Amino acid sequence: MFDYETLKVIWWLFVGVLLVGFAVMDGHDMGVGTLLPFVGKTDEERRVLINTVGAHWEGNQVWFVLGGGAIFAAWPLVYATAFSGFYWAMMAVLWALFFRPVGFDYRSKLASKTWRTSWDWGLFIGGTVPPIIFGVAFGNLLQGVPFHFSDDLRSTYTGTFWQLLNPFALLAGVISSAMIIAHGANFLMIRTEGDIYRRSRTAAMIFGSLALLAFAAAGVWVMNGIAGYVITSGNIPGDLPNPLDKTVVVQAGAWMHNYSLYAWAKLIPMIAFIGGALAIVFALINKPLLAFIGSSLSMLGIIGTAGVSMFPFLMPSSTNPNSSLTVWDSVSSHMTLELMFFATIIFLPLIVMYTSWAYKIMAGKVTLDFIKNNDHSAY
Amino acid sequence: MISAELVDASRLQFAIVALYHFLFVPLTLGMTFMLVIMESTYVITNKPIYKDMVKFWGKLFGINFALGVTTGITMEFQFGTNWAYYSHYVGDIFGAPLAIEGLMAFFLESTFIGLFFFGWDKLSKNKHLMVTMLMALGSNLSALWILVANGWMNNPVGSEFSFITMRMEMVDFWDVVFNPQAQAKFVHTISAGYVTAATFVLGISSWYLLKGRDVEFAKRSFRIAAAFGFASAMSVIVLGDESGYTVGEAQQTKMAAIEAMWHTEPAPASFNLIADINEKEQKNNWAIEIPYVMGIIGTRSLTKEIPGIHEIKEKNRVKIINGAKAVTALAALRKDTKNEALKAEFEKYKADLGYGLLLKKYTEDVSLATPEMIQKAVDDTVPHVTPIFWSFRAMVAIGTGLLALFATALYMSVTNRCGKQKWLLRWALWFIPMPWIAAELGWFVAEYGRQPWTIFGVLPTHLSASTLTAGNVYASIGGFVLFYTGLLIVEMYLMVKFARLGPSSLHTGRYHGEAQH
Repeated sequence: MFDYETLKVIWWLFVGVLLVGFAVMDGHDMGVGTLLPFVGKTDEERRVLINTVGAHWEGNQVWFVLGGGAIFAAWPLVYATAFSGFYWAMMAVLWALFFRPVGFDYRSKLASKTWRTSWDWGLFIGGTVPPIIFGVAFGNLLQGVPFHFSDDLRSTYTGTFWQLLNPFALLAGVISSAMIIAHGANFLMIRTEGDIYRRSRTAAMIFGSLALLAFAAAGVWVMNGIAGYVITSGNIPGDLPNPLDKTVVVQAGAWMHNYSLYAWAKLIPMIAFIGGALAIVFALINKPLLAFIGSSLSMLGIIGTAGVSMFPFLMPSSTNPNSSLTVWDSVSSHMTLELMFFATIIFLPLIVMYTSWAYKIMAGKVTLDFIKNNDHSAY
Repeated sequence: MISAELVDASRLQFAIVALYHFLFVPLTLGMTFMLVIMESTYVITNKPIYKDMVKFWGKLFGINFALGVTTGITMEFQFGTNWAYYSHYVGDIFGAPLAIEGLMAFFLESTFIGLFFFGWDKLSKNKHLMVTMLMALGSNLSALWILVANGWMNNPVGSEFSFITMRMEMVDFWDVVFNPQAQAKFVHTISAGYVTAATFVLGISSWYLLKGRDVEFAKRSFRIAAAFGFASAMSVIVLGDESGYTVGEAQQTKMAAIEAMWHTEPAPASFNLIADINEKEQKNNWAIEIPYVMGIIGTRSLTKEIPGIHEIKEKNRVKIINGAKAVTALAALRKDTKNEALKAEFEKYKADLGYGLLLKKYTEDVSLATPEMIQKAVDDTVPHVTPIFWSFRAMVAIGTGLLALFATALYMSVTNRCGKQKWLLRWALWFIPMPWIAAELGWFVAEYGRQPWTIFGVLPTHLSASTLTAGNVYASIGGFVLFYTGLLIVEMYLMVKFARLGPSSLHTGRYHGEAQH
């Protein structure tokens, strides 16, 4: 139905959609996790926060799991190379995520204060660590990652965990973390009232501003100080994927090429700024739903900017640029991409439909009275 | 070359995280189904006690589910972090069912589980039942896709090796989905999950009956569990047997190991009930044999032969020697992809490529393999017999015990004597851990029995691991064990606490210990 080249581009878009879906959906309950110990001052207030996402965090987390599965199916080399290379970063993400299912489900099952406070911090870790690490990972992708392939396509990562934590990557971590916290705060404004609402509003504006400032700073940094990568030969889009069949060079300013090549590409970072600014304004004038849409758009813009700047690169290699992974040579076979294309266009709309239904059923403010009246059945 | 220590560490980590995960999966599979039965009864009869049953057993299910999700996240990423070469080599086929599992099943299950717990006051009775059904459908479909992936590891159909991309590629998706191996595993695994949930409900209900508390609630739960458990236990045994005789060489090797069958016997072969296995001399010192049974189970005929370990190994020797030629031709072909002579040479031996790769454990250049190396590779092709032989027998013994338990429980239920026989109640109570033990043993037989392969006949385990250091993997094993064990203790504590509280934990005012308040 589609030729191979088109499918490769479609899958680049799909993975982008899944990442944005993850940020918008799982992002808001992770943001709630980060804000939990600060916005909720008493046990009841914290239970209000937890119950705003109580019925949904599980479904939302599947965006993360599906992201992993889709990258496995569509870009097996990226799945293999990135997750084994970023080994300890991945372990940190997994271990932090362990706190979430048990934190949500077990926290309010016992009355002990120590028990509940411990799980609150568990939920804080589970909501805070993953977004920071994802940001740091993107920061490293933009700079290139030290890995290479052998002749039989076995990847070896030659860096350390600590070198992932370089200044630019940490800045990317700040962007990611701040945008997720602001997004979570916007969600809390939709679902709460009173003190919690007011504290969330303050957090939404502070972290929304921080995300935009950090994003602007990273933009300036990339324009002036981060070299990009350029393919100089091979790597024909329609060819069978073989990442060793090309030459790549490092070139200052290369991450800006796509913006001069395609005028529309400039829209993507603009969406990040406009969405983020609108989110702050709408929080200020107490329009939480619009603020939530604003922060969603902003995340689309931020994630999209990283993707568009690097296209067609997915994971450039700093130590052996020819081993870099691109949209053209990291992919599955034509058949698998096509099969997964159909699976996605059938099931993703269904997922969006029943998720929306679930949110509609559970709509409305979660109040302190609700917690008191449902002491034994609420989280 | 990947060090043997790294491969062992990676295998150990995978076994630990998979076995932990599988402590929680079977109960989830079965409980969702039992909750559907209980809630349907509620919707039909309109008796609140059935609603209380759904809520109470649902509470225990939720405590279990949380850890199922926790340990499940690891599984989705474990292939990338620790089995990177595997992920590259077979991701084209193996990744698809995993991604479809997320799209079709896990999303469904996880979205509706939220409404299951929190939607009681917001949904009509029928709509809530529909939510519960969709949750159960999601968890069972999830098992289907995972076992499609796992079935392919054991019987890699519908795919072909490509020398340009240096990996296996999908050629027929429907072959992968309708892989008889996958279908047999699916039915066997979900039935085992149903038995687990039935044993869980039966055992805890029996405890209430022994204590003489919440009798109405416990009796009704007991009857549902007895009927559901009996049907499921029959299905596990009948369909467990199915996975014994399905096609494929992986199964033949596994079956030979399960039966400690060192030599091909004239058909129909006898079944070794127990045996004193001598791995060193590759024979059984003695065995108690039941004539004909093995041949009938294994081939469903009286005339077909089942190959023994020695015969399987001799066949594999030829494949290894041919496979070495494929490996050598492939390396040359990768450097000169247009060379027709190399291509022809490679195509000639391509079918045995995986067997040639077995030699990579002993030498980087397989064309230089010595006869000793070839002998070692040949010996590797059949896993250690003793652990598989005994694990299988323990699993079958437990399964038989469970069938007897459910048959008795069902008989007492239909003759209206449920709850009167203390010995039966105690039997049910003490049997609670049994299905978990059987499930873990079953995992071991299936996956250890697949060694030395990750993908049978295609990719050896020792090539599949990521290029990490063994030290790193041991350190992450430490982390996983620490986390999982800590969480398991917390989970068991809550599970026991709420099982003891019983339906009074719902605070309806109708149950044991609540009248005093």
